[in-house]
Amino acid sequence: MINKRVASLDDALAGVRDGSTVLVAGFGDVGIANTLIEALQDRGVRDLTVVANNTGNGNWGLGRLVISGQVRKLICSFPRSGEYAEFVKAYNAGRIELEVVPQGTISERARCGAAGLGGFFSPVSAGTKLGEGKETREIDGRLHVFEQPIKGDLALIKAHQADRWGNLTYRKSARNFNPVFAMAAELTVAEVTQFVELGALDPEAVVTPGIFVDRVFVPGGAT
Amino acid sequence: MSALTREQMAWRAAQDLPDGSYVNLGVGIPTLIPRHIPVGREVIIHSENGVLGLGPKPQAGEEDPDLIDAGRGLATLVVGGVYMHHSDSFIMVRGGHLDVSLMGAFEVSEQGDLANWTTEDPGFPPAVGGAMDLAIGARQIRIVMEHTSKSGEPRIRRRCTLPLTAARVVRRIYTNLAVIDVTPQGLVVRELVPDLDLAALQARTEAPLSLAPDCRSLSAP
Repeated sequence: MINKRVASLDDALAGVRDGSTVLVAGFGDVGIANTLIEALQDRGVRDLTVVANNTGNGNWGLGRLVISGQVRKLICSFPRSGEYAEFVKAYNAGRIELEVVPQGTISERARCGAAGLGGFFSPVSAGTKLGEGKETREIDGRLHVFEQPIKGDLALIKAHQADRWGNLTYRKSARNFNPVFAMAAELTVAEVTQFVELGALDPEAVVTPGIFVDRVFVPGGAT
Repeated sequence: MSALTREQMAWRAAQDLPDGSYVNLGVGIPTLIPRHIPVGREVIIHSENGVLGLGPKPQAGEEDPDLIDAGRGLATLVVGGVYMHHSDSFIMVRGGHLDVSLMGAFEVSEQGDLANWTTEDPGFPPAVGGAMDLAIGARQIRIVMEHTSKSGEPRIRRRCTLPLTAARVVRRIYTNLAVIDVTPQGLVVRELVPDLDLAALQARTEAPLSLAPDCRSLSAP
């Protein structure tokens, strides 16, 4: 019988190694798996590359992981939002490497990684500082730059509901990067608000089919 | 000089949004636009974090922490609005599905080059968000900004001094002093606030301007 639900954070993050690339879905404080993120930091894994839209807030959730010294490199579209003073300190001290990527390019690079594709040409950032050093091609008279796929060793997902097969639904704008990042990692762990019986989710409403999800964790939930 | 306020600039930009258009609004003055859209026009607001049909700020008691706009403020959804994930949201952005993107800017060049993502402040990490995606993807890029910087420097330039967001993309500029179109013949002033003449506007603008033959007076309620 398939049951992707795990009982503890230790089980949720079992096997995560130093040097991993971690895809952290979320937009600002919405649709972000802060329980899993803090648990990852607690486990002391180091030398991480984190892919996320923002850098989190203060000393909790993603913010705590980013400034912990355990993240070597951040791939991010908007590293300034909310309380980011500690991140700026770490950045200025050279403790963290930053690759700024346009927001849509992050999601499309992850989608390519998920889809088994070798990248894509995009007009976004062509002729700008962020496009420097990238392979270029003119397509329909417009300059494009080549973008590499992104694949994660681990994706940390926040969803609304899950069943034991790992089918996921989302709520409102908390969907954001979650369905894309869920498909793009070797190990995908979802933190969910509600666990429901198999069959309780309307198949038309499932956004992430369980094939993309390896483990489901319900904070505070009794198994 | 009867320079427009921020609300009046938003009002002026709102008058140009046609019924049935899909529009993305950047942070700053563009967020003031929805309340000024003429009654009877349905304009659908896209928010790049996955909302098509963004509504106004929630009333007290109506807030939902899972529903925010691209500026991370609490938001609402209009009747008929939908949610989508980031890749679909940016397919809308890059793929030419949005009719208009209205954004702020630090600088615009006479050729329509746009600089609005970094001031290259040393010791401050750069951040781009969705600005580059929107700048190349929406069918029309329109800029709403103060005509000059806080220190009085012109923002409409021969060439941008700051790093570009995208080259040759801006079609129309709304400032507190004028409405200016970027055309193959250069910058054309379509509307100008009363008691300011072209010479006075030119003095506040680095790039050469020409007056449209049917240039109108720019005023807003």
